[in-house]
Amino acid sequence: MEYFTQQLINGITLGAIYALIAIGYTMVYGIIGMINFAHGEVFMIGAFISIITFLLLGLFGITWAPLAILVALLVTMALTPLYGWALERIAYRPLRHSPRLAALITAIGMSIFLQNYVQLVQGARIKPLQPVVTGGIEIMRRDDFVVTLSTMQILIVVLTVTLMAGFTLLIQRTALGRAQRACEQDLKMAALVGVDVDRTIALTFVMGAVLASVAGLIFLLHYGVVDFHIGFNAGIKAFTAAVLGGIGSLPGAMLGGLLIGLIEAFWSAYFSVEYKDVAAFTVLIVVLIFRPTGLLGKPDIEKV
Amino acid sequence: MAGARGGGTDRMSALLREAAMTGLLVFGLAVALVGVRIQDGAALTPLLFRFDDAFTAAAAAAMGRLGVALLREGRAAPVLAGGTAVALAVALAQFFFPAHPLMLALLFDTAMPNWLITAFAGFLALSAGWRLRRARAAQGAGVPLEAILSNRDAAMDRIGAEVQRVARYAGPLILLLALALPLMPFADRRLIDVAILVVTYIMLGWGLNIVVGLAGLLDLGYVAFYAVGAYAYALLAQYSGLSFWICLPFAGIMAAFAGLLLGFPVLRLRGDYLAIVTLGFGEMIRIILLNWYQFTGGPNGLSGVPRPSFFGLPFTASPPEGGHSFHTFVSLFWPLDFSPNHRVVFLYYVILAMAMITNLFTLRIRRLPIGRAWEALREDEIACRSLGINPTNTKLTAFAIGAGFAGFAGSFFAARQGFVSPESFSFIESAVILAIVVLGGMGSQIGVVLAAVLLIGLPEFFRDLHQYRMVAFGAAMVAIMLWRPAGLLAHREPTMRLKVPAARGGGT
Repeated sequence: MEYFTQQLINGITLGAIYALIAIGYTMVYGIIGMINFAHGEVFMIGAFISIITFLLLGLFGITWAPLAILVALLVTMALTPLYGWALERIAYRPLRHSPRLAALITAIGMSIFLQNYVQLVQGARIKPLQPVVTGGIEIMRRDDFVVTLSTMQILIVVLTVTLMAGFTLLIQRTALGRAQRACEQDLKMAALVGVDVDRTIALTFVMGAVLASVAGLIFLLHYGVVDFHIGFNAGIKAFTAAVLGGIGSLPGAMLGGLLIGLIEAFWSAYFSVEYKDVAAFTVLIVVLIFRPTGLLGKPDIEKV
Repeated sequence: MAGARGGGTDRMSALLREAAMTGLLVFGLAVALVGVRIQDGAALTPLLFRFDDAFTAAAAAAMGRLGVALLREGRAAPVLAGGTAVALAVALAQFFFPAHPLMLALLFDTAMPNWLITAFAGFLALSAGWRLRRARAAQGAGVPLEAILSNRDAAMDRIGAEVQRVARYAGPLILLLALALPLMPFADRRLIDVAILVVTYIMLGWGLNIVVGLAGLLDLGYVAFYAVGAYAYALLAQYSGLSFWICLPFAGIMAAFAGLLLGFPVLRLRGDYLAIVTLGFGEMIRIILLNWYQFTGGPNGLSGVPRPSFFGLPFTASPPEGGHSFHTFVSLFWPLDFSPNHRVVFLYYVILAMAMITNLFTLRIRRLPIGRAWEALREDEIACRSLGINPTNTKLTAFAIGAGFAGFAGSFFAARQGFVSPESFSFIESAVILAIVVLGGMGSQIGVVLAAVLLIGLPEFFRDLHQYRMVAFGAAMVAIMLWRPAGLLAHREPTMRLKVPAARGGGT
C-alpha cells in the first residue's frame, strides 16, 4: 500500500509533464492537422532556458527558491514561445496548402536542426543543477518504508493544475479561445467570418510552446539534469499521450498524459524499468485497436 | 513602380520595421541559448557569456531580412552593393584577422557562422545581380519582369516532369555509370564506401516507397524492419553457422513477418494514428534489442558477423586450409594479388544488385492487380472497398513486402559492418529514409536516387565538419521541402489510367 502510494505520486508528477507537452501536440493537430514533430525540442529548449536562468540567478546570489522559480518561469515562458512562433512561421506556414507529408518532413527536419543547434551552442554533456526545492511531507510510514510527498511534487502538481485551469478558461472564455476553436472546426469558414487565421494558428503554436516551456522547467526541477536529447523521448511519449487521449481533444491530452505517466511509474516499479516505454506503446496499440480514435477522441466519420 | 515611388518613405520605414522585428526576434531566440553557455565540469565560472554573438546574430538576421525585403520590392541595386560589401568585408576579416579583438566583438567567435554570413550575403548579391540583368533583358524584350519570375516555379515543375520522361532512358545510363564506378580511376576506397552507403539508402528508399508512395501508408518505424533483418542475419549466422547467401532470404522473410505481425492489428487505423503506432513499434524493437542482452548482446551489439563470400570464396589474405580464397582462385587463371579493396567492390556490386531487384520488383508489381490496388487505395479507400478490394489485406501485403526489402537491406548492412548494435537503428534513421522518399517526390523511383545522393552522399564528404553536419542536414531538409513542397521530382500520377477515347479530358 505504501509502495503503491509512492508510485502513484511519482506517476502523477511524470504525467503532469507529459500532459503539458501533449496539449501542444493536440492543439496543433486539431487546428492544422499536422504532427508537430519539433514540439519535443521546444520543450527541451524550455528546459535549457530554465537552467540558464537558474545558473544566472545563482551568480547574482539569488537562491531564495520561490523568487528563483518565479523568475525562471517568467523568463522561459517569455523566450521559449519565440521558438514556437519562429517554427510555425519558417517551417509550417509556407506549406499549409501543400501535401501533408511535406509539413511532416519539415517538422522532422526542424527537430533535427534544433536538437543539433542546442548541442552546438551548449555542448553535448549533461548539465546538472543543484536542487532548488528540497524537503517534503511524510504522509505514510511503515517500518522503514517512508512515503514522502516532496515540496517539489506539490509545487509541480499545483503549477500544472493552475496552468491547465487558466488554459481551459482561455480556450473557453476569451476571444482568442473562440477564434482558436473556430479555426479548429473549419479554417476556411473561420476566415470567412472574420477570424485572422494566420494569427490564430501562430498563437496556437505560442500557447503550446508556453505550456511546453513550463513542462521543461518542471522536468529540470524534478530530475535536476538536462541535455540536448531529452526532447525526443519526452516528445514521442507526450505525442503517444495525445493520441491515447484522442488527438485533437484537450481533456484527452490531459488524461492521456496522466495515464502514460502512471503506466510508466507502475511498470517501472512492479515489472522492469527497461521496458517501461514498451509498456506505454503496447497500451497505446491495445487502446487504438478497440477505440481507433483514442479514449476521448471524436469518432471519425468518413464522407464520400 | 511609379505608384510605389509616391509612398517611398512609408515603404522604406515599413521595410526597416520588418528588418528590425526580425533582428529583435533572432535576438530573443539567441539571447539565452547562444548568449550564455553552461560550462561543463569544474570550470571556474559555471557560465560563459557570449552576448556579443547574440547581437551579431540579430544584426546579421536584420540585414539579411532587409536585403530579402528590398529584393522583393524590386530594389536590386542597393542589395547588390550591400551584399557584395558585407560578403567581402566578412570574408576578408575572417581570413586575415580571425582573432582580432574587434573582430571577435563584431563577428562570431567561431569561423563557420561567419562564413555562413558571407555565403548568404554573397547569395543575396548574386540574386540581385541576376534580377538586374533579367530586368534589363525584360525591358529589351518588352516582357514584364514578374512574368519571368513567376515562371520559375512552373519551369521547375516542367523539369520534374521532363526528368520523369527522360528517366526511362536515363535509368539505364545511370545504372551503367553505377556499374562502372569501381573501375573508374578516381574511385578510391572511401568513394566506394560512400557509394555502398548511398545505394543501401536507395534500396531502403525504394522499399519504403512501396509502403508510403504506392500504398499511401505513413510508416515512421521503417528502421525496425531494417533492424530485424540485420539481427536475424547476425543471430542466424552466429547460432547456425550458415552463410550470408542462405541467411539472406530468411532475414527478409523474418522482417516481412515482423511487418505482418505489426500490420495485422494496426492497419485499420487512419493515417496519423498509424504513424504513431509504427513509430512506437520502431522504438519498441530498439528497446528490446537494447535490453535483451542475453540474446542480442544489449548495447554492445553482436560482433564478428561473417562476411559474405563470392560463391564460397572468402576475401581473406590467406586462403582457408585446403581451399581457395578469392585472389588465389582468380590467380589460377589470371595473376591477382590480394587487396582488401576486392571485398569492398564486391559488396558494392551485391548491394547494387539487391537495390536493382527492389526497383525492378516495384516497377513490375505496379502493373499487377495488387499494385494497382495499392495505388487505388491510396487515392480513395471508400471507392476501393465498394469495388470489392479488401483494404486490410491489400495494405498488409504492401507493409510486409516493404518490410521484407528492409530486412534484405538490413542483413546486407550487418554483413558489411561485421557488427550490429541497436544504436544503428534509432528513429532518426526512419526519419531519414522517409525524408528520402518524400524529398525525392512520392512514388518517383528516380527521385529516391536523387534524394539519397543529396541527403546521404553529400554529407559524407563533409565529415570533417561533424559539429555542423547534422545542423546543416536538418536545415537542408527544411529548405528543400520549402523550395519544392511536393518533392524534387514531384510526380504522383496513377500508373494506370482509364482511357476513354470519346470523352474530352475524361478518365481522370
